[in-house]
Amino acid sequence: MSDAKRAECLRGKGVTKIFGMGDKKTVAVDHVDFDFREGEIISIVGESGSGKTTLSKMLLGLISVSEGQIYFQGQPRDIKGGKKKREYWKNIQAIFQDPFSSYNMFNKIDSVLLDCINMRGGKHLPYEEKFKLMSEACSFVNLEFKELTNKYPFELSGGQMQRLMIARIFLLKPKILLADEPTSMIDACSRSTILDMLLKLRDEINMTVIFITHDIGLAYYISDQVYIMEHGKFVEHGAAEECIIHPKAAYTKRLINDVPKIYEEWDLSTV
Amino acid sequence: MGKVMLEVKNLKTKYVTRLREDVYAVDGVSLKIEEGKSLGVAGESGCGKSTLALSLMGYYFPPLHYMSGDIIVDGKNISGMKPDDVRRNVLGTEIAYIPQAAMNALNPTQKIIRFIEDVIHVHDPGMSKKDVYDLAKERFGILGLPEEVLQKHAVELSGGMKQRTVIAISTILSPKVLIADEPSSALDVTSQKMVIKMMRDLMDKGYIKSMIFITHELPLLYNVTDDIMVMYAGQIVEKGSAREMVFDPLHPYTKGLMGSIIVPEEGVRENKLTAIPGTPPNLKHPPKGCRFADRCKYATPTCSGMEVPTIEMPNGREYRCLMSERKIREVYENE
Repeated sequence: MSDAKRAECLRGKGVTKIFGMGDKKTVAVDHVDFDFREGEIISIVGESGSGKTTLSKMLLGLISVSEGQIYFQGQPRDIKGGKKKREYWKNIQAIFQDPFSSYNMFNKIDSVLLDCINMRGGKHLPYEEKFKLMSEACSFVNLEFKELTNKYPFELSGGQMQRLMIARIFLLKPKILLADEPTSMIDACSRSTILDMLLKLRDEINMTVIFITHDIGLAYYISDQVYIMEHGKFVEHGAAEECIIHPKAAYTKRLINDVPKIYEEWDLSTV
Repeated sequence: MGKVMLEVKNLKTKYVTRLREDVYAVDGVSLKIEEGKSLGVAGESGCGKSTLALSLMGYYFPPLHYMSGDIIVDGKNISGMKPDDVRRNVLGTEIAYIPQAAMNALNPTQKIIRFIEDVIHVHDPGMSKKDVYDLAKERFGILGLPEEVLQKHAVELSGGMKQRTVIAISTILSPKVLIADEPSSALDVTSQKMVIKMMRDLMDKGYIKSMIFITHELPLLYNVTDDIMVMYAGQIVEKGSAREMVFDPLHPYTKGLMGSIIVPEEGVRENKLTAIPGTPPNLKHPPKGCRFADRCKYATPTCSGMEVPTIEMPNGREYRCLMSERKIREVYENE
């Protein structure tokens, strides 16, 4: 799985985001370069306030880039105007931290999934076909579609909602999935299910997953590439194995040190 | 053996829903905590961890109802007390509670010092404002919180700082038992460590006598508490020292939970995570036999047929399974 073989997916050069002007200027993301390849899971790790979410919003095209350029599949990304933006969003989708607020409460689960099929150009399919697609998506995430029909999203548990979110992604089949702390509101047991599904998305449909987290343990488990972010800059990046087991930057070392461990002593005196 | 700070005998509580269906959220829980010890409670979402916390501190407001059992704090039985008496006589001095979203619990229009005055004045109405301030200042100093925090509003503090402030406020009266319900789940790792260090300090300096720590983060529990108790569907399925529970789990559910541990240490990537299939049973109609039988890969027909007793081992360890210890070890080894 060398870099040369994998096609380029998202690349950034000197990407910067500045909020405010003059004296009140805050540089949230500071001239970062990155190179995300197709079919990889890339983790962006950092503390609260390090600029992870700002960067993810720029990648999604929800906020503009102040300086620098993002390249999508080798071409400079052009998302000026609604039509181009919608075209871009066919390629990139996101799941967020809070599954409870990610759904429209008035829409039943059927219509949530049907919307996805319609968006992928399956509008004129007979209902049987659609039903088959929906069942397939649900079984991909270990849910029974029969049990879900005619239910509202709030009738599900947090873990089930987040899995349904992944079922949506499975139907939409974007090139890139941006997962912004998808497991931080879910208990440890459902968390491993979600992580396994992200791995499955990568292996089965060659999706690029950008995984944003503050938990370096999760990043180590799931990712191929890791980018460590501090105060809007990448302090270290590389293969997960290298970056986390043999960290070079002091910040990475501190992050690793702060995670409670099982096989090593957890040093509380460093706070 | 130290003095027993909190003893719970066969506690049962339920939620009464609008449709008159009862949800038995805590079903026959017994536990004992000695002075200077801490107990961790682990389990999936919805297994009754938070309800247990509410039940222990006597927070019986509808829809939560007390059914039976005893809660004895330092020799005093507080079960069945009226919520108002509990608030006046128990909360703060005997039992303190840190709720799940503690940092959102602060009223944004009040300064931090007002919360402390409120807490103290419920128990000691005569204390002057200056005395309260001095006490708060001293306590904050010991816990490593800056004094300026007292004069600030909640919105001026960061998440980790808010959480630590809430802990300091709820332990200002030196309670005998502190119940912390996921105090660090919403924080990043560095703030989490600060919160944990502060709770350790409180224990070491004797401001709290014992602690119950509720979380689903097992690596955290292992590092924070002396004992771990695993709950499933309102019951305790296994209890033992932290080391035993993590490295030598007996109950199949505990073993499943331990399979979901992720830590940034070498070799973790190769171990596939093992999620437990299925969902917990509906507590409106709890199954008659072992509650985990549906999801357990070692289950036999007898499991779901009869009530499963808790087996106590000589070293104080408990587990709730029909298999004997030797049988369990055999089965795990053959995998």
